[in-house]
Amino acid sequence: MIEFFTENKDMIFIVILMIFVGVEVIGKVPAVLHTPLMSGANAIHGVVVVGAILLMLNTEPDNYLALGLGTVAVFLGTLNVVGGFVVTDRMLEMFKKKK
Amino acid sequence: MHLDIQHIIYLLSSVTFILGLKMLSNAKTAKNGNSLAAVGMIAAMITAIVFHEGAVSPLVYGLIFVAIAVGTVVGWLTAKRVQMTKMPELVSLFNGMGGACAALIGLVEFHHYVGDSMSMSVILAGMVIGSVSFSGSMIAWAKLNGKIKNAIRFPKYNILNTIILIGLFVYAAWMVWTGTGSEMHLYVLFAAALGYGILFVLPIGGADMPVVISLLNSFTGLAAAFGGFLYGNQVMLTGGILVGSAGTLLTLVMCKAMNRPLFNVIFGAFGAGTTAASEAGPQGNVKEVGPSDLAVQLNYSKKVIIVPGYGLAVAQAQHVIKELETILEERGVEVSYAIHPVAGRMPGHMNVLLAESNVEYDKLKEMDDINPEFAQTDVVLVVGANDVVNPAAKTDPSSPIYGMPILDVENAKACIVNKRSMKPGYAGIENELFFRDKTQMLFGDAKKVLSELVAELKALD
Repeated sequence: MIEFFTENKDMIFIVILMIFVGVEVIGKVPAVLHTPLMSGANAIHGVVVVGAILLMLNTEPDNYLALGLGTVAVFLGTLNVVGGFVVTDRMLEMFKKKK
Repeated sequence: MHLDIQHIIYLLSSVTFILGLKMLSNAKTAKNGNSLAAVGMIAAMITAIVFHEGAVSPLVYGLIFVAIAVGTVVGWLTAKRVQMTKMPELVSLFNGMGGACAALIGLVEFHHYVGDSMSMSVILAGMVIGSVSFSGSMIAWAKLNGKIKNAIRFPKYNILNTIILIGLFVYAAWMVWTGTGSEMHLYVLFAAALGYGILFVLPIGGADMPVVISLLNSFTGLAAAFGGFLYGNQVMLTGGILVGSAGTLLTLVMCKAMNRPLFNVIFGAFGAGTTAASEAGPQGNVKEVGPSDLAVQLNYSKKVIIVPGYGLAVAQAQHVIKELETILEERGVEVSYAIHPVAGRMPGHMNVLLAESNVEYDKLKEMDDINPEFAQTDVVLVVGANDVVNPAAKTDPSSPIYGMPILDVENAKACIVNKRSMKPGYAGIENELFFRDKTQMLFGDAKKVLSELVAELKALD
């Protein structure tokens, strides 16, 4: 356990601090914005696509199964990112129009 | 050198995520916040590709670019074309895609790390959570767009689900413990996680879907963070944990707005409560009103409040209601909208819908602001809402919705309720409001009867 902490101390720092940042950032949000906020957060966890890209880059070019699955993963991750941001933008567009 | 630039960009991306999320919680800055986070995301993706160390075959680059290109086009078009009423299920769908992405990463990377118990734990955790999020989101999506109608509950489903959950945990722990490299075990675990996601969401009622989606959203964030741990990638870690923690808090905030403890949402306290409550409803006569009589009544009112609910979204009546508002305003009637925090299928859903039909932002009043106004209101028009105006929430401690804050429509001089039939709302309970003296029922599809109402009003002039 101690060994694990020493090896990954930077990562563990990030995790702990981010938990607090996440809670702090949401703090007081009006109910009206819950849906766009959820949708925006949904887009942000699309960052998992970076993992899919790294997976592809680390895969041997003759491992076709891994490449196939990796390509699907990159596709799905991109879908999450692009769809997420665009749909959030559309929601917020409607709030803005009438000002 | 390369590595330093890479880390700086990852750091900046992480900052855009935090700032973006912060800006999203304020109406004025929300749109810019979303764009900012999007820029950070693009930067992170490009950085991951450009600053990769080591030789990579052109085939791999080609596949990555094709996948990103196709994903962008499909995601963009889907998001642009979807009707705003279908938006909640789309969020669920995209969330599922992210979960599936995390699950696939786990599936592929597993055999690289066999024997390394720490990495194996991280991979399996990411894969299991991603899979649960994926299959759960798909069920939520199917429920929201009506492909799955009712809450499906197996006997003793709570116990069954808990056993499966513990089983998943034990199985994964055993795999790490023995350091097995067997693909078979990996696929069994994968399938079991998918199954758990399905069983987890199936028994939950449609009205609780927003909470479930929000919860699954934070799951996917967690799965992304495990990926970040695996690759030692900071931006995945920050983005993932940020969404994981913000998503969990958002879930709790939503539960609070509905006065539904998260525990009850997941373990389905509604199911148990309905039997006791449904027979207790005070039966009596309901008064019906037709569009022509109602038109006259509205025409001579001073102040009208419209209470929109999910029925309005289903009937796509948001444009007609705006038309009604315009006509009434022309006749000198003061019109505003009372938005219950959980009106529709997602908090804020009604606001987005009404905004789509150009209803002014100032006319949408939140519950606490508008409740005192009902007493001075001539006519309240409830369109497709039910439980959020049920007085039992205040008066009947045995009611499953007891304690939920409601709109005090019963204080108005007259209350018109538009519904398709007398069927109870999602909570499955009778609404005493419908039988009150001041209440009149306007039966029919919201879009249809409101169009008739508008026509009658025009004819009155």
